[in-house]
Amino acid sequence: MWCRDSGLTERGDPMADLQRLPLHDLHVEHGARMVPFAGWEMPVQFEGVMAEHLHTRAKAGLFDVSHMGQVLLKPRTDMATLAAEFEALMPVSVAALAEGRQRYGLLTNDQGGIRDDLMFANRGDHFYVVVNAGCKDADIAHLTAHLGDQVRPVTDRALLALQGPRAEDALAQLVPAVATMRFMDVLTADTLFGPLWISRSGYTGEDGFEISVPFGGAEGLARALLAMDEVAPIGLGARDSLRLEAGLCLYGHDIDEHTTPVEAGLTWAIQKSRRGGGFAGDARILRELSDGSERLRVGLLPEGRAPMREGVALFAADGTPVGTVTSGGFGPSVGAPVAMGYVAAAHAAVGTPLFGEVRGKRLPVTVAALPFIPASYKR
Amino acid sequence: MKYTEEHEWLRVEGDHVVVGITEHAATQLGDVVFVELPELETQVATGDEVVVIESVKAASDILAPVDGEVVEVNEELASNPGLVNEDPTGRAWFFKLKVEDLSVLDQFMDEDEYADLIG
Repeated sequence: MWCRDSGLTERGDPMADLQRLPLHDLHVEHGARMVPFAGWEMPVQFEGVMAEHLHTRAKAGLFDVSHMGQVLLKPRTDMATLAAEFEALMPVSVAALAEGRQRYGLLTNDQGGIRDDLMFANRGDHFYVVVNAGCKDADIAHLTAHLGDQVRPVTDRALLALQGPRAEDALAQLVPAVATMRFMDVLTADTLFGPLWISRSGYTGEDGFEISVPFGGAEGLARALLAMDEVAPIGLGARDSLRLEAGLCLYGHDIDEHTTPVEAGLTWAIQKSRRGGGFAGDARILRELSDGSERLRVGLLPEGRAPMREGVALFAADGTPVGTVTSGGFGPSVGAPVAMGYVAAAHAAVGTPLFGEVRGKRLPVTVAALPFIPASYKR
Repeated sequence: MKYTEEHEWLRVEGDHVVVGITEHAATQLGDVVFVELPELETQVATGDEVVVIESVKAASDILAPVDGEVVEVNEELASNPGLVNEDPTGRAWFFKLKVEDLSVLDQFMDEDEYADLIG
């Protein structure tokens, strides 16, 4: 048997020169299969992708996302000045974000492409930012070039995510205050695991939390959560299928420096106050906001059982090439293959019948609304 | 039972060779969600891609271990691909090849040799 895109037989030592998570041994103890990802040795699965995915949607899943970049932005003078400087890098309102609240942001380049997507929170006297692992170094360099020594990478904290309908019950046993949080709230809690920086958000479409914890407290916190019946450890495999069903973009696949926020269907992240410009790439992004973009990110539902994965070419009924799949696989909660991709705007309406070329055969696929599974955030 | 380095098992049934994947391979693949089987009466040569297996993680191929003709395929896998994880060495056989000379199987590993390969 020969694997097309993940070799069964390892050549050399693929784990050489990789960074290890602070919870590495805990993962191995729980039966994790570790794989290289973005320079880290990461747990791709524990019990199995399908079971972990369904467990997260039914109960609560614990994810180790410590490979992601945590950064503090501490104002040199005041928060308003820093917010204005940060806004020059993103088509997103920073100034209007209230203390104790978190928001989705996009670092753009001068061509209107996306350098990275991120989450940022106003924590009173500073901003707390979480960026993608693969972009971390470039982001910190970019932020530092514009914001100088206000940029302080966090190097002594793990990041855990607890996601699913039972996440609140579970975390509230350790931190009762989380029960009062709404979607995209943030708070700091002093616990026996150290000061936790908690946000009510995540990357699965489920209610849940992301928890920044000092290295010294990470294992204790993870063990306390995993000791609860409703909590199971979840790997990167299920993280990917969960976010795909939730219609959330994976940086480097569904969005990158050549896709704009408008093409990516992320205009909801651009507040009205920013639609006058004053950010990197504003000329193109504002033009696309008013005139539309040539292509759009869409959901895709393949008709049969064959998954359409990243790279599958898409065609209109008359054989014209119209786009490409950027993420795809099997959706365990949907019970069928699901995908996302970019198609020419004329073919982007929900319900448009297209064809995806899988191993030389053109198979029917329909443009579908995102998300595939409705979000269950606690608003 | 014989084993290939590509983690297939081969079982002789009369003058046919039944082909499946090992438990080790099924575990490595993870949850199988789609199986594409060959057409009956296809003539295959050693190394041809005969079956596509899609798991939640990746697409893989089963290669023809020897030359032969596909005489039977396991249609149950099309409707129930999860069988590959449940019973890889039993009910989840993939296809049967008619071969001219069964001695071609002598080149493959026996159970002990395969156990050594996967450690």
